[in-house]
Amino acid sequence: MSRLLIRTPSQAQAVVDNLYGNMERRIAASPPGLCPVDMALNFLNLCHAQSCGKCTPCRIGLGQLSTLMRQVLDGEATMDTLETIRTTAQVIVDSTDCAIGTNAARLVLDGLEGFKDDYISHIRDKHCLGSLQNPVPCVALCPAGVDIPGYIALIAAGRYADAVKLIRKDNPWPIACAYICEHPCEARCRRTMLDDPMNIRGLKKFAVNNAGYVPNPPCAPKTGKKVAVVGGGPSGLSAAYYLTLMGHDVTVYERHKKLGGMLRYGIPAYRFPREKIDEEIANILSVGITVHTGINIGTDAAFDENVDITFEELREEFDAIYMAIGAQTDKKTGMEGENSKNVMSAVEMLGRIGDDDMPEFTGKKVVVIGGGNVAMDVTRSAVRLGAAKVSCVYRRRQSDMTALPEEVEGALAEGVEMLTLQAPVRIEADENGCAVALWTQPQVIGPMDKAYRPRPMKADLPENRIEADLIVLAIGQGVETHGFEQMGIKINRGSIAAHEDSGLPTGDGVFAGGDCVTGPATAIRAIAAGKVAAANIDEYLGFHHEITTDVEVPTPRFNNKPPHGRVNLLEREAGERKCDFSCIECEMTEQEAQIESTRCLRCDYFGYGNFKGGRSEKW
Amino acid sequence: MVNQKLVTLTIDGQQVSVPAGTTILDAAKTVSIKIPTLCYLREVNEIAACRICVVEVEGLDRLVPACTTLVREGMAVRTNSDRVKRTRRVNLRLILSQHDANCPLCIRNGNCTLQELARDNNLIYNPYPKNIPNKPWSISNYIIRDESKCVKCMRCIQVCDKVQTMGIWDVVGTGSRTTVGISLNRTLAESDCALCGQCVTHCPVGALRGRDDTQQVYAAIKNPEITTIVQVAPAVRSAWAEHLGLSPEEATPGRMVSALRRLGFDYIFDTNFTADLTIMEEGSEFLERFTHRDQYAWPMFTSCCPGWVRFIKGQYPQFVDNLSTAKSPQQMFGAVAKSYFAEKMGLDPHKICVVSVMPCTAKKSECAQPNQNDACGDPDVDIVITTRELERMLRGDNVDTTTLPESEFDSPLGTGTGAAVIFGATGGVMDAALRSAYYLVTGSNPDADAFTAVRGMDGWKEATFAIPGAGDVKVAVVSGLGNTRRLMEAINKGLVEYDFVEVMACPGGCAGGGGQPIHDGAELAQCRGDILWELDKNAPIRFSHENPDVQALYAEYLEKPLGHKSHHLLHTDHHGWEMPLNPKLK
Repeated sequence: MSRLLIRTPSQAQAVVDNLYGNMERRIAASPPGLCPVDMALNFLNLCHAQSCGKCTPCRIGLGQLSTLMRQVLDGEATMDTLETIRTTAQVIVDSTDCAIGTNAARLVLDGLEGFKDDYISHIRDKHCLGSLQNPVPCVALCPAGVDIPGYIALIAAGRYADAVKLIRKDNPWPIACAYICEHPCEARCRRTMLDDPMNIRGLKKFAVNNAGYVPNPPCAPKTGKKVAVVGGGPSGLSAAYYLTLMGHDVTVYERHKKLGGMLRYGIPAYRFPREKIDEEIANILSVGITVHTGINIGTDAAFDENVDITFEELREEFDAIYMAIGAQTDKKTGMEGENSKNVMSAVEMLGRIGDDDMPEFTGKKVVVIGGGNVAMDVTRSAVRLGAAKVSCVYRRRQSDMTALPEEVEGALAEGVEMLTLQAPVRIEADENGCAVALWTQPQVIGPMDKAYRPRPMKADLPENRIEADLIVLAIGQGVETHGFEQMGIKINRGSIAAHEDSGLPTGDGVFAGGDCVTGPATAIRAIAAGKVAAANIDEYLGFHHEITTDVEVPTPRFNNKPPHGRVNLLEREAGERKCDFSCIECEMTEQEAQIESTRCLRCDYFGYGNFKGGRSEKW
Repeated sequence: MVNQKLVTLTIDGQQVSVPAGTTILDAAKTVSIKIPTLCYLREVNEIAACRICVVEVEGLDRLVPACTTLVREGMAVRTNSDRVKRTRRVNLRLILSQHDANCPLCIRNGNCTLQELARDNNLIYNPYPKNIPNKPWSISNYIIRDESKCVKCMRCIQVCDKVQTMGIWDVVGTGSRTTVGISLNRTLAESDCALCGQCVTHCPVGALRGRDDTQQVYAAIKNPEITTIVQVAPAVRSAWAEHLGLSPEEATPGRMVSALRRLGFDYIFDTNFTADLTIMEEGSEFLERFTHRDQYAWPMFTSCCPGWVRFIKGQYPQFVDNLSTAKSPQQMFGAVAKSYFAEKMGLDPHKICVVSVMPCTAKKSECAQPNQNDACGDPDVDIVITTRELERMLRGDNVDTTTLPESEFDSPLGTGTGAAVIFGATGGVMDAALRSAYYLVTGSNPDADAFTAVRGMDGWKEATFAIPGAGDVKVAVVSGLGNTRRLMEAINKGLVEYDFVEVMACPGGCAGGGGQPIHDGAELAQCRGDILWELDKNAPIRFSHENPDVQALYAEYLEKPLGHKSHHLLHTDHHGWEMPLNPKLK
């Protein structure tokens, strides 16, 4: 008998390890709308199979929980059953010997709270509240409900202009989304079950760049109604576009010199080239929208010289108003020295870049505070402006940053230093009031908060001094709400309070949407809000115009899709791209677009799609 | 979108050329290769759910469903390989493991697609344990769903959505508990279901059935105190013996009368009689409205189809006053039987049981409307059985239809004209009404075939006829509730204008009714309708106003159409009963 052996996994174990990977992908691709009780039961069964079987609550208790939950699903339970489930789960949480049982039972407890109504519906009415309202995962997860399988099929058929037309039915910003969308559509792509999600944004980018000129649909006959849109960003212009197509007379008021909102004044050109945003806006405006830039809308022109037009004047002149002013004020840290010279906000810096007023960074040591996408935009812009050294200071770990991982990696590749677990304490200024350094308190990572993100705690280490010629704060944005209450607009937690249909509680023809309602969010959510507002403003004005398209999507009839790698977009090499503001991302070749588009599983047809309909042809 | 370019492929070694866009299923049919199907319903349910029709295609890893896969050039298809047969058998066994296959106790015993498939695939045991779902359902409903028999083919949902646009059925639950239920978590009784029964006639198994009322009929027949009167709707005679071993030529109305006599009814009468009476009342009502245009809302709608009346009350309540106030022929019959006929024969109307044989499930609800009791206070019609229930009674009484002699309907409520028998086909009511309206205005008969434009299987027909002395009459005829909704939307939006509109809830009219015999995959409304049009063509009298017994009824009892007595017995208040509204209207 040998004293020690080299451990090699058995063949069975190797296969099981593969299956774990398979299951992970499968869970990632769970469509929205499934019965949460059924899912919880099956998660519980999986957990039970992981049990070593030693201690009573885990070995037997999890099994009994499973039986009780099955009774609920089979309509055999009473309200007492719920209580038994709760007690049993709590006992398991409190008394198992290890994490396997505790965590499994906690999952059940969380569900009892989180989807109580579903449990009760199963018990009382013998049916499930859940249903697959939209059978196509990508469409269901796109805030604007863009017909994604439809345009991918059109790309596969080489009909790029039709693909753009189809996108514009639900989203008038196909180019913007091709470049900068956070693509929530990819999150639960069914293709993930096989290999990887579809590269939806990449395909869209190929389509918009190869479609040529794509005309807009004709506008409906003039209604004679006038709508004012305050704010010329993605949300405001989306509403303006659809309302104009519906035949209304739309005027957009924009405070900045140019239209585009955060797409221009928040997103750097290396992610979304200026000529592309100009092209997109020109197309949106081509349907016949009146635009006034450099106009401030406010409460009272007599007291505030910045106000060009008052809100009351707008109300008098227009039949409806859509407020889409975004979230464009910067948040402050409140730390000592924050108001020193050479300290600026991300909004100010990116805003100046948006107006081609490039700040002087050459040769400077730049310190950026924050860990979100805006912080990455700032660091990477600073690199391009010729800074000698750019450091990003963040309280938690790099993996806790809210910025997309690829943004962080991109910044790192371009030479940005990530100084993590450093909480900013104060800014040191010289005798002229100029910032010279940022002092930070090192942190140690701590327990999870409610959102399951670890909280940083003070480390037993002395403060750090980080030398800086320039400090940029990128710690979040807010909505400019000053004076709104006076205009009769309700503010809720720093944002405009609006209903799901984007109407304000006052209900007098004033609507609001986008960042100014949600707080800083994604472009596609702002676009979706504009679409919702357009539909409801149209109804408010007494019409029911439908937005539709004449594009016919090819029907798939052959489902034979072996696993196949995903086509990823390449980037220009870091050493080259960091010297300019040109687009960093390359696009697919025609060959790649063909390969990628044919990977689509066409959930609009296969599975639930050809039964309950995978396509809404109008809205 | 069938492209006329031909595609050549082989199926089981046979070369086949079919137009591009053809499915493998249809391509196989052209060379007499049958690929079995279960969930598939042409143009209605092409969702490839059951996976019984899967076939092997050379070069593909997985099997493909023949019902939705289109042919490709050079494709080599095998429909009966070991792999295909094994797959078909396993999938069948899986379906059977959740199907209460207690075939002798099933209404569809002998007429069940699943039973046939199990037989054809020689399945004599099932290795899978039985796991039969159940869900409570009130058996007092006119339409009964048996969860333990449902194979989740989803045809009911699709027929209701796509053909009838009612959206009553819907998918309920997800995962292994996915099944069919009433949409928006309602019960059937709470829903705005028209009770057309198209879901029942398109169910491949016994999961959906109409309520069976045959035992009540037997009880009435055997009760010596009770006089039983049966009336038979026009469309029943076109279908009654489809499953009883008679060809359409042999299944004459005369044999049907003999069969009913064998069941023991005291009087065998004909709804055709009151169809003629309906024409007198509704035709006169139309002329009254037409000549006093300003006093009425337009168009006027027929009111003989209870599925349609339920539809308009539930979907377009603002149009209820456009309905003719004339009762349906079934209800006119009950009212006349328990008044005029009872008096004539010296019978106590409370001891008369009026039984209707109808091609329809909605008729069961019509006779139960609380205000259909004008003759003596009791319901005018006591029991409604469908054509399928008649077939069951004839089987139960061992009536050998092949040896039956011909016999005549009884008098006087058994006399009907050619104009009455066509009530069972789309366009028939309009055709009959126009024939008599023409006479009532001009005093002379038109050619009985002058109004052929309203006949035929188009879902929405329209025509304009000039009636000398009255002017142009613009009419429309629709059948199927999907077509009906399109028409109502167009009327509502002012896109079309008509004077008189006939609506039948079932596609093709009562001939395709939800109470007719079931033939999976076959739509028989047209050939049954043709039988009715043929009966009209050969009828000695082809005008309702010439029905001698209807004339006698007016002379002896009712006096005149729209008279006082007619108003009381033959017309109804459509607001007199409640109907759940479409949830979108709430």
